[in-house]
Amino acid sequence: MNKYQPVIGLEVHVELNTKSKMFCRCSADYFGKEPNTHTCPVCLGLPGALPYINQQAIDDCIKIGLALNCQIAEKSLFERKNYFYPDLPKGYQISQYRWPLCTNGKLMIDDGKIIRINRVHQEEDTGKLTHTKDGTLIDFNRSGVPLVEIVTEPDFTNVEEVREYAKKLQQLFRYLDVSNADMERGDMRLEANVSVKRQAAEGPLLRHEASEPRQRRGESELPNYRVELKNINSFRFMVAAIEHEIKRQITEIEAGKKLTQETRGWNEDKKCTYLQRSKEEAHDYRYFPEPDLPELILNPKKIQQIKSSLPELPWDKAKRYQNEFGIKKADAKILSESKEVAEFFEEAVEHGKKHQVAPQDIANYIVNQKPDITSVLPTQAVEEIKGKKVGVIEDLKELEKLAKKSMEENQKALEDYKKGKTEAIQVLIGGVMKISSGKADSRKVKEVLEKLLKSK
Amino acid sequence: MKLTKDKVRLGQDKVKHVAKLANLPLSSEEEEKYPEQLSKILEYVEQLNKVDTSNVEPTFNVSGQSNVVRVDKVGECLNQEEALSNAPKKENARLQTPERSDGGQGFFVTKGVFAE
Repeated sequence: MNKYQPVIGLEVHVELNTKSKMFCRCSADYFGKEPNTHTCPVCLGLPGALPYINQQAIDDCIKIGLALNCQIAEKSLFERKNYFYPDLPKGYQISQYRWPLCTNGKLMIDDGKIIRINRVHQEEDTGKLTHTKDGTLIDFNRSGVPLVEIVTEPDFTNVEEVREYAKKLQQLFRYLDVSNADMERGDMRLEANVSVKRQAAEGPLLRHEASEPRQRRGESELPNYRVELKNINSFRFMVAAIEHEIKRQITEIEAGKKLTQETRGWNEDKKCTYLQRSKEEAHDYRYFPEPDLPELILNPKKIQQIKSSLPELPWDKAKRYQNEFGIKKADAKILSESKEVAEFFEEAVEHGKKHQVAPQDIANYIVNQKPDITSVLPTQAVEEIKGKKVGVIEDLKELEKLAKKSMEENQKALEDYKKGKTEAIQVLIGGVMKISSGKADSRKVKEVLEKLLKSK
Repeated sequence: MKLTKDKVRLGQDKVKHVAKLANLPLSSEEEEKYPEQLSKILEYVEQLNKVDTSNVEPTFNVSGQSNVVRVDKVGECLNQEEALSNAPKKENARLQTPERSDGGQGFFVTKGVFAE
């Protein structure tokens, strides 16, 4: 196996969470809605309808580009990507080709390796097809929803790197609040280009085609074929497909077979990839500039504005937690995994300063106890950690006593809770913490309270 | 970049390829006839290459506008009945188009979504 090195590039599609679609005012909130209720002449491709660019989508695309250290184009154009497939009624997808919004970015993964980003561009999503025995059924609700595509250079050499990169992107989309990036719902989709090359310098696979568009500049040692893995809708399946594909390709090469350009899918039942389309059917999309859309001129001032509006990114947070608070690397990673946990941690650290509770103690508490941050307040967490030092109350009978007392003292919260305002439980938890001088275990308090409230 | 005369000549292979891309079924007579005809058309268009455009910026849009964008606000949609009203065939509130086999985005012949 060591004789071969995998060469993998990734294309990630992410659906933006804008209110309206990319080129029309139809609602982009299509998921789970009645079929064909979110359409108009534009996204149905009716004759004479004209697209109209959604500013928010462009801003979101630029945000992603900036977060990935891309250069933002001064001038950007949309183009028509022509193909015959009923998921797009116009006969083409409005996408970007020669003038993408963002190019030449990079993202560092954990071991310090840099993954180069070729481009981040804006396009539109397609309709949803359902194949039945009588034909193909089309729901155009998703047609025209803003989609951003992020293309890497073929820089991955193993599946772990791919997994990490994809996870990082997902985290980024959520931090930037540009997408929910839920793979199961199809908010985020992965496509991989996989090939393998011999480690030795003179293998027969090392020739390269000069016309290869994604050729690394100055590096000629790329295989002269690549297998595209498509339509794979989960992280796990993509990882399995890439792993299988690497093995399959090595076996083929060892058997003296020549590998060619093709598209393969993943068969989860048989745990193998299968041929979807071979080179003979290779695409020619006949891209040309979309005549219905004037060009975008991107003002540097506006780019600067977007740049300064970006939140602190997860990897920057993780670094800061280590440098500023002396948090362990592994913990810093967990704490910055989601924006919500990071905010909880930072607030708790702020509060902890006043109570001599150290950041690492708070980090330990969050990492080990995994408090429900939607119900425990950062201040409560600090109280609890502080209380722990003198003896935390974990005994259920003791807690029940405290909970009952809190319920007596907070009649209004009790009423509110009964009326269905479940967040009123916060007040009751707060009551217990107060009565116990912060010594009660807040997670258990919540459980005890919920039990008592339910039995009422 | 000037095209040479050789490049203008279309072979039968090229014609078949273009027909496939354009989703046009060609008869064998058409496959015979079109290389000649299309080559003539290309030769005609080739005259444009005589014009010196070295100092002319390409034009992709004739309106001369830029940054025509709208705020992200939801407007009215067609209702389901209207949306489906042009479909020759429908099922379960979805438009129906002839069956196709591969799971990818390969080329194949459809009769069009909105017209039979």
